[in-house]
Amino acid sequence: MRPGRIIAAALALAIAAPAAADSLLPPAEWANKQLPDPRQEAQARDLMEEVRCLVCQGQSVADSDADMASDMRSHIRRRIAEGETPAQIRAWLVERYGNWVTYAPPVDGMTWPLFVAPVILLGGGLWLARGRFRRRKKM
Amino acid sequence: MKLLIIASILLVVVLVGGFAALRRLYPDSKAVAWLAESKTRPILFVPLALFLLIGGFAAYKLSNPGDTFIRSRLIGKELPAFTLPEALPNRLPVRRADFGRGEPRMINIFASWCVPCIAEAPQLMELARRGIPIDAVAIRDRPEDIARFLGQWGDPYRNIGADRDASLQLAIGSSGVPETYIVDGGGIIRYQHIGAINPSDMTRLTEEFEKARR
Repeated sequence: MRPGRIIAAALALAIAAPAAADSLLPPAEWANKQLPDPRQEAQARDLMEEVRCLVCQGQSVADSDADMASDMRSHIRRRIAEGETPAQIRAWLVERYGNWVTYAPPVDGMTWPLFVAPVILLGGGLWLARGRFRRRKKM
Repeated sequence: MKLLIIASILLVVVLVGGFAALRRLYPDSKAVAWLAESKTRPILFVPLALFLLIGGFAAYKLSNPGDTFIRSRLIGKELPAFTLPEALPNRLPVRRADFGRGEPRMINIFASWCVPCIAEAPQLMELARRGIPIDAVAIRDRPEDIARFLGQWGDPYRNIGADRDASLQLAIGSSGVPETYIVDGGGIIRYQHIGAINPSDMTRLTEEFEKARR
């Protein structure tokens, strides 16, 4: 390939509009800025790490760089600064998106096996192990 | 759940049948004889059966992950209160007060930076041509970009509100752009369409709109 062509191709790439669908607006006010009150910031931080990003679906809003996650961070910080508790904000989000939106799902009719199964399995294991040890003692 | 039951029945059939076949094929085998005579015989199969059951379920879910849309929980509930400022100087704002006045309306969540929004533009134009009032919520957008987008792909909207920090989007349980909501004449959210409106979605959408009219 001639050098002229390479330069032309590089130029074309450099000025091409990116196809990525992202907003041109700067991030929302509190998306990447900490709250002045460290206690409130810590509360907001804890909640952001527990709230799931809606568009990336595998990350918390604290971890995600998606526009919507930025908006959710800003939303959480703003409401904490306005005096709402993390529990109120979490309940508000669950009301709109279901338990899906939180990484700490509550115990309910659907999720109780998740919490009960480890206890039952551990109990069963102990019981089995106990039987083994007893038998060995007799011998 | 139904699938799990069918899988367990199939598993039992395969195991019992397989064992019977083994006995017939290898009548002299010591291993088969031991399995057949062993007192613990049924118990021996439990871990294998569990493994196959769980493995089978995992394989099924890996090949058929299903839809991963997060639907709004507000369908069937009242549209929350809000006021969005007008996104363009010559347009009206989008306000809660305009909904629930006897006529159903659509809310289209879009953005000039959203590529699938271009794909659904002709369908929105067609819905508007049929007389359906559509209000737009422009997410994280600039007026000049919205004007350019509407100039290029058509303008099917009554009012256009600017949602610069996705606050309305969060308030109505929407998880992306584009999305389209139908709000009935009583202000109740009746339907949520997630993603671009394709030509194949038109029947469903107009049907849902007609249902919201009643």
